[in-house]
Parts: sequence; structure tokens; C-alpha cells
Amino acid sequence: MTTTTLVRPRIGAFTAESTFITRSFLHSVRDVESALMAIVLPVMLMLMFTWIFGNAIDPSGGYVDYVVPGIILLCAGFGSASTAVSVANDMTTGIIDRFRTMPLRSGAVLTGHVVASLARNLVATAVVILVALLVGFRPTATPLEWLAVFGLVALWILAITYLFAAIGLAASTPEAANGYGFILLFLPYLSSAFVPVETMPDWLQWIAENQPITPIIETLRSLLMGTPMGDSAWWAVGWCVVIIAGSVAWGAWLFRRKAGRR
Amino acid sequence: MTLAIDARGLRKHFGRTEVLAGLDLAVPAGTVFALLGPNGAGKTTTINILTTLVRADSGTALVAGHDVVADTEEVKRRISLTGQSAAVDGVLTGTENLVMMGRLSGLSRREARVRAAELLDRFDLADAAGRRVGTYSGGMRRRLDLALSLIVAPAVLFLDEPTTGLDTRSRQELWSVIRSLAGAGTTVFLTTQYLEEADRLADRIAVLDGGRVAEEGTPDELKARIGGDVVELRDADGVLLLELPTDGSVHGLRAALDELDRAPAAAADGVAVSIRRPSLDDVFLDITARNAAPASPELLEAK
Repeated sequence: MTTTTLVRPRIGAFTAESTFITRSFLHSVRDVESALMAIVLPVMLMLMFTWIFGNAIDPSGGYVDYVVPGIILLCAGFGSASTAVSVANDMTTGIIDRFRTMPLRSGAVLTGHVVASLARNLVATAVVILVALLVGFRPTATPLEWLAVFGLVALWILAITYLFAAIGLAASTPEAANGYGFILLFLPYLSSAFVPVETMPDWLQWIAENQPITPIIETLRSLLMGTPMGDSAWWAVGWCVVIIAGSVAWGAWLFRRKAGRR
Repeated sequence: MTLAIDARGLRKHFGRTEVLAGLDLAVPAGTVFALLGPNGAGKTTTINILTTLVRADSGTALVAGHDVVADTEEVKRRISLTGQSAAVDGVLTGTENLVMMGRLSGLSRREARVRAAELLDRFDLADAAGRRVGTYSGGMRRRLDLALSLIVAPAVLFLDEPTTGLDTRSRQELWSVIRSLAGAGTTVFLTTQYLEEADRLADRIAVLDGGRVAEEGTPDELKARIGGDVVELRDADGVLLLELPTDGSVHGLRAALDELDRAPAAAADGVAVSIRRPSLDDVFLDITARNAAPASPELLEAK
């Protein structure tokens, strides 16, 4: 055997990132249950809202057109939440120490989780939209508007995935990470995702109008259904950028702090 | 003589607990060095500092000739760590784990695959190569863990309690791997709770107590340092009844035998007496007891 060098060769510029992306893809593909749940749950919610609540909310039968943007965001939330658990898993098993004692950029392992989450959730989004079309969703979007829809959804997935990754770093166990993540999944219900904000009590209206989900929903709705856009697109992109920047900074800080503490 | 590890005056505290209180270590390159100590003595903290995971509050450490703080990247290129919990990816297969680590160690895809196959063979994991590591037994995970550390043979290999939880056969296999590594030029720095392991493997041993090196030397030096032989009394079934350390002199031996005469157990049928060299256990107990004894009155006064 050749055991004479005793020094690792230097690795290519993006070898670590691509290796970790491959790893996270393998994790995603093998965790069939999580992937399935991340698609099945939002689809079930959509069917429930369309067929059970839908006619009560909007007797004209057009509720499916209203609810699809919300379901898309809900789906992205469910799908990204598993990132928190994956990251927490890495942090609590010894594997992170092995990576940390190698000459790698420290964030590379997180990049792997984030890229895999983005790919996974874009596929899930496409499935949700297909099912929506089957149950009567009739969008009026042009190809360019569809592109914008997927662009914004991708940006939102990135934002919430980075946030979940930071939560995974902050949590002491994978189970706790799962719990914290659940709180975030309530946000769509406090927005214009399922009912117009005007129907809520005053104090709740204030929350609903000033949280990130509402402008994103309104932008998607405008792109898909041609409702008025207003300035919601700016708010939507702004919120996503702020969340990404904040989560990356928080995550990097947590990563360094955990490295020094033990 | 080049030193693979040269640590001076390492101090580290967590909260108000002082874990390392001025630790000095000098490990010659190409040797096996064992760090012994009771639980909580700071063995893992020492490893974490030397592998760049944790920064010492003060003191310096050179590993493979590079400073662990100023020259972290160069240190990382020359070390491997096999920590206490198996650092393997349970979702991936054995081969995938090794190929991933090969890529991260700078091997090309093909080199990584060739090296993975080599290591799976060497660690007797070839049959399980395509299985997810989550289904491996404890011993198999430990072997894979070590294989992952050896993708590129490191200049210094850190092993934190490498054989804890292994059966006798796996333990002896691991010992032979460690010895052959040292033969090929790798310096092995290990912590262990098993004194037999240190005795069989290590060229030199340091006993950690109270955050400092209490004793250091070859296994034989340490045994010689606590003095003479031990007189043992065992019953007909071989159960140890009594152990009397001596100072190695004729007078000391006679005193021990006199004491046996007064022991009622010695008079029973089938009881046998023997004299043996002190074991590392005796050394270990002697050192940790010696350091604990004078410390306690001071502690009381301080309160």
C-alpha cells in the first residue's frame, strides 16, 4: 500500500462543495419518507381547502385559484424544514469534527444541504402545481411570468432553507430542531395565503400585512392570476434577501461558536 | 529527533473549571504515544486543541511542525482524527463514505474509488461495502471510522479511545493496524482507558492528572518508577484475595510476607502466593492517588 506521502494534496476550488452536494443529494434520495411527506402533506391540504373549506369560503368554486400560491409556500416550508434536522444531525454526530479537522471551507457542508433542499423543493413545487392543474387551477400566467414564479419560489426556498440550517445549528438535538422548525410552518396561516387579510381581526391584520409571506403570496398571485401587483414584488424580494443575509450571518456565528466551545 | 507534537504550557478552562493547567507534551515522530487519565482529566480537550477544533486559553502547540493556531490549514493537511463517536455517515454506504472522504482529501474520483476498495479490503469490510453504514455493527463502524482517517496516511493520527466498546478480536485487529501505521512513519497519539492497550501499543505513555502530565515515560520506566514487585495471594479458584506492593528490597519483601502471616485468609487450604512485576494499573492508581492525597487538605483550607 502507498502510505508514504503523509500530507493531503490540496483540493480543487469547489471540490468540497460539489462533494457535499452529492452527499446531500444521496441523503435526499434515500430519505423517501421525508420527500414523500413534503409533497403529500401540502397536496392533501390543497385538496382539503379546495373541496372541503373552499366552497364555504368562495361559493363560486374559484377558491383553488386563490389558494395555490399559499400551498406552494407551505410546501416549500415543509420541504425545507428537514434541513434543520439534517444540519442538527451533522452537528451532534462526530462527523462534523472530522470535516473540521480537514482543510475545507467551513460552510461547505451547509452549502451541500442548501443546494439539495433547493433542488428537492423545486421538484415538489412542480408536483404541487401539476396536481393543482388537475383539480381545476387555471392560471393566466405567460411563460415569462411562470419563470418569475419559479424564480421567486426558488428565492423563498433559499431563504427559508438558510433559516432552517441556522436553526439546525442552534438546536441542541435533531428532535429540538424539528420542533423549532414547526413554529415557522405556522406563518402561512397568518398571511393572505388562505383568506384575504381584510377578514381578520385588526391586530392580526397588522401581523399578516407586515410578515414576509403576504407580499410573496400577493406577488405569486399577481403573476399567476393577474391580480394587482402593487409594490409587493419589492417587499417579497427584499424579505427574502434580508432573511438569507440574516440567516447566513447567524449560521456562521453559531458555527464558529460551537467550534470553540467544545 | 524531530517532534511530531510539541505542546508547551497548554491551559484551557470551561466556565470556572480548569481542564488543562499547563500541559507539556513532546511526542517524537513515528512513535505511538498514549495519553492516560481518569474520566474528565482533559484527554479529549487535549486532542481537540491539538487537532485545531478548540483553541487553548494560553500555551503553544506545534503539530507536524506547524502551529495549531497560526498555521491551522497546514496542520489540517497532515492530521486525521478518529473521535469517540464514530464519525461516519449512516445514510451512505461504506464505499460512498470512503469515496466522499477521498474526494475531500484531494484524490480524483478514480483514485478515491481505488483507495476505497483498498481500505475496505484491509479493514475486512469488502462484503459490506455496498450496504448503508446505518446497518453496520459497532465494530464495523469503528473499523470504517479508522479507514476514513487513513485515506491519505496522515503524519499524525489522533485516536480518542479507539477501542472503547470493541470486542477482543476487533481490538487486537485494530492494535495491529496501529502498529503497522507507526512502522510506516505515522505518529499515533491515542487516549485510552485501557491500561493494557497503552502497555501493548505505546512507545511512551503520559498520565494526565489535574490538568497536567503527572508522569511520563516508557511503560517499563513507569512500572520501575513505582518501585518493586507485588505480592499476590489467590485462593484455589484463582480469585485474588490480597495484593501487597513492595519497595523492591529484600526487607520490603519480608515485611510483605510478615503481613501475609497475620492475614487469616492466607491460612486457608489451596491458597497460593506469587510475586509479579507491577502492572500499569498499579502505576496508574499510584499516580492518581498520590496526586489526589496532598490536594485535598489545601482544598479544604481554601474553602
